[in-house]
Amino acid sequence: MSRAGTPQSTNTFLGMPARPPRVPYGEGNLRGEQAFPRAAAGELRNEQLRRNLGRATGTIRGKRIAVTAELPDWEELRDAGAAIKTDALARLPELLEELERRVTERGGTVHWARDGAEANEIVTRLVRATGSDEVIKVKSMATQEIGLNEHLEQAGITPWETDLAELIVQLGHDRPSHILVPAIHRNRDEIREIFLREIPGVDPGLDAVPEHLAAAARAYLREKFMTTRVAVSGANFGIAETGTLGVVESEGNGRMCLTLPETLITVMGIEKVLPRHQDLEVFLQLLPRSSTGERMNPYTSLWTGVTEGDGPQDFHLVLLDNGRTAALADSVGRQALNCIRCSACLNVCPVYERVGGHAYGSTYPGPIGAVLTPQLAGMHAAADDPNSSLPYASTLCGACYDACPVKIDIPSLLVELRHQKTEETGRSAERLAMRAAAAVMGRPRLWTAAQRTARLGRAVAGRDGTIGRLPRPLSGWSDTRDTPAPPAQTFRDWFASAEGAAALREAAREGERRSADGPAHGDDQQEDQ
Amino acid sequence: MRIGLFATCLGDTLFPDAVRATALLLARLGHEVVFPPEQTCCGQMHVNTGYQREPVPLVRNFAETFRDASLDAVVMPSGSCAGSVRHQHGIVAERYGDAALRSAVAEVGAKTYELSELLVDVLGVTDVGAYFPHRVTYHPTCHSLRMLRVGDKPLRLLRAVEGIDLVELEQADSCCGFGGTFALKNAGTSAAMLEDKMRHVRATGADVCTAGDSSCLMHIGGGLSRIKAGTRTLHLAQILAATRTAPHALTEAAR
Repeated sequence: MSRAGTPQSTNTFLGMPARPPRVPYGEGNLRGEQAFPRAAAGELRNEQLRRNLGRATGTIRGKRIAVTAELPDWEELRDAGAAIKTDALARLPELLEELERRVTERGGTVHWARDGAEANEIVTRLVRATGSDEVIKVKSMATQEIGLNEHLEQAGITPWETDLAELIVQLGHDRPSHILVPAIHRNRDEIREIFLREIPGVDPGLDAVPEHLAAAARAYLREKFMTTRVAVSGANFGIAETGTLGVVESEGNGRMCLTLPETLITVMGIEKVLPRHQDLEVFLQLLPRSSTGERMNPYTSLWTGVTEGDGPQDFHLVLLDNGRTAALADSVGRQALNCIRCSACLNVCPVYERVGGHAYGSTYPGPIGAVLTPQLAGMHAAADDPNSSLPYASTLCGACYDACPVKIDIPSLLVELRHQKTEETGRSAERLAMRAAAAVMGRPRLWTAAQRTARLGRAVAGRDGTIGRLPRPLSGWSDTRDTPAPPAQTFRDWFASAEGAAALREAAREGERRSADGPAHGDDQQEDQ
Repeated sequence: MRIGLFATCLGDTLFPDAVRATALLLARLGHEVVFPPEQTCCGQMHVNTGYQREPVPLVRNFAETFRDASLDAVVMPSGSCAGSVRHQHGIVAERYGDAALRSAVAEVGAKTYELSELLVDVLGVTDVGAYFPHRVTYHPTCHSLRMLRVGDKPLRLLRAVEGIDLVELEQADSCCGFGGTFALKNAGTSAAMLEDKMRHVRATGADVCTAGDSSCLMHIGGGLSRIKAGTRTLHLAQILAATRTAPHALTEAAR
């Protein structure tokens, strides 16, 4: 990266490879306050949250499977999506410069932001220059990531979120809990209470019927659309070939923001660039089907620079790095930048389903967040860095990989990031234990001796042959599960014994008797059809 | 065929009945079962917990032990260990091994199978002549399902078992929450996942919950035992090895 990433460390010296900067500690919304297990513990106690999440993710999951199954070339589309993104990232500097050229040619202005702080300053300066003290916002992960709303508020500028779910989160003084459905953790009764409390002049008799809630938000937002002169958006795609930016959404609020104001400022992560306009064909099929389980999203807005007499007359594009080149520098981890923020991985993740998005402490929750966040913001060597716990917030069940429309191998990335984390941490009790285990398991004789020792576990087992509660660190396991005591004889001892040999001979003889008596095994092909 | 049996560290030590069933089943099908005593562990726990240097001796030991050209195939009654051998050993060897280790790993990985894969794909059988007159539900473990893509092979094997009453498990393909050290590092979330899995298992009314991985069964079975649910867990191999002449020999010992 020519402009977005320059080495900042003072510890560099000649000959050392330049490492792109990660997001500075404590800036933006890419780091929580607690490690995942602790943050999750609080969420796990919230029964209402689990019910809300279970219902919502279950519904979206079902819809996604139905609409992806109806496309005969879904797998090919996924391959195409992965190939286009991989190609775009491989020539990112070239494509971004092309995008800058095209946007500029069409009357837009391009700004480069190394990190969230720079992006926030650029946006604030641009809003101030318009003389406005408020902006309407299209739902945007990039501006969430850098904490733009908080930054604008500090500068005396009021940001109005216009996406219904994002509005619920903003009015509730809450944090988003899902990439696509930020208020997924709220049910309609909670939303009604928030509206009654926060929307000025709302009908005090408002009930919790979804249509009525939506109508209340609509009336409230309509006024904002008509009176606000500046809009801030993100971008789902930026087309290098034409300088076109694109946003897909469901409610029409985005379309309003993108067309009504005089000034439009778009903050786009640099990984969102696509080479050609034609590439949209692939992503406009992959994205809505994977995210909302719809064949097509209701609103797709594409705009290129400024058009006289039509739409915003002043357009700015802020290209945001914020740790992306650091991720790109990782030959394994960079796959995570293929992400198109559809949230399919969240909806299929059994961990996300139990704990929700807040436990991840980042704008990007769920499986993709667990691989993206540590790469953008780093896993600091300090053992208590919450981001170091994110790669472990998975059972590696692989459901995310199967759901991902651009085939990001999230389980393998998690394993890789775990490895990077342990390499950075250096010596730890866990590493010593792992090393000791490997030392024993690497030597057959030591291993056999260790197995004998393990049989001492029989002494602590109850009469039913199971071991109950164990001391820390095993108590997390034994609080809810019994463990069988090791049997008196290992398999290897049985196999080596005369009894074992006799049993195997007898099994072989039984097999021979059967094949002599009746039809042989392996003739059951018909049954399979 | 001459088949090398990898017992897995967990199977050898804690669940020998599942490995014994695997050996007896293959013998009954007319194959020679070889158990190289030098075998220990595949190193999955290390890699999954974030350690790739430490398991190098384990990966080397596995490859050297099973490279034996006289073995037509290597089998293990564990989807996750087979996944580790086939997918993770290459990563470890690539990063910390030498050229010799890399080629040994590739060679052994290509002939390594989880039990249902070996039976259906390599040996070409789905009816193994088993008899198991119980109500059974099947949990398709994540690594079998998504790392190895065993598909419905275990179910095809189970459907061919005489006397079995096979009942479908709701949300079968959602993870039980074990995940190796995940159950220790994220005990609360793991327990919440286990709770739901146990609810679905109990709703089937099955006597037995089966799977192709002793570790997942240790998790589900440990939970069922704690709440005294009355449903027991048995490895798929133990059901496939049960016959009319020896219906209980392989299933009672596990209790």
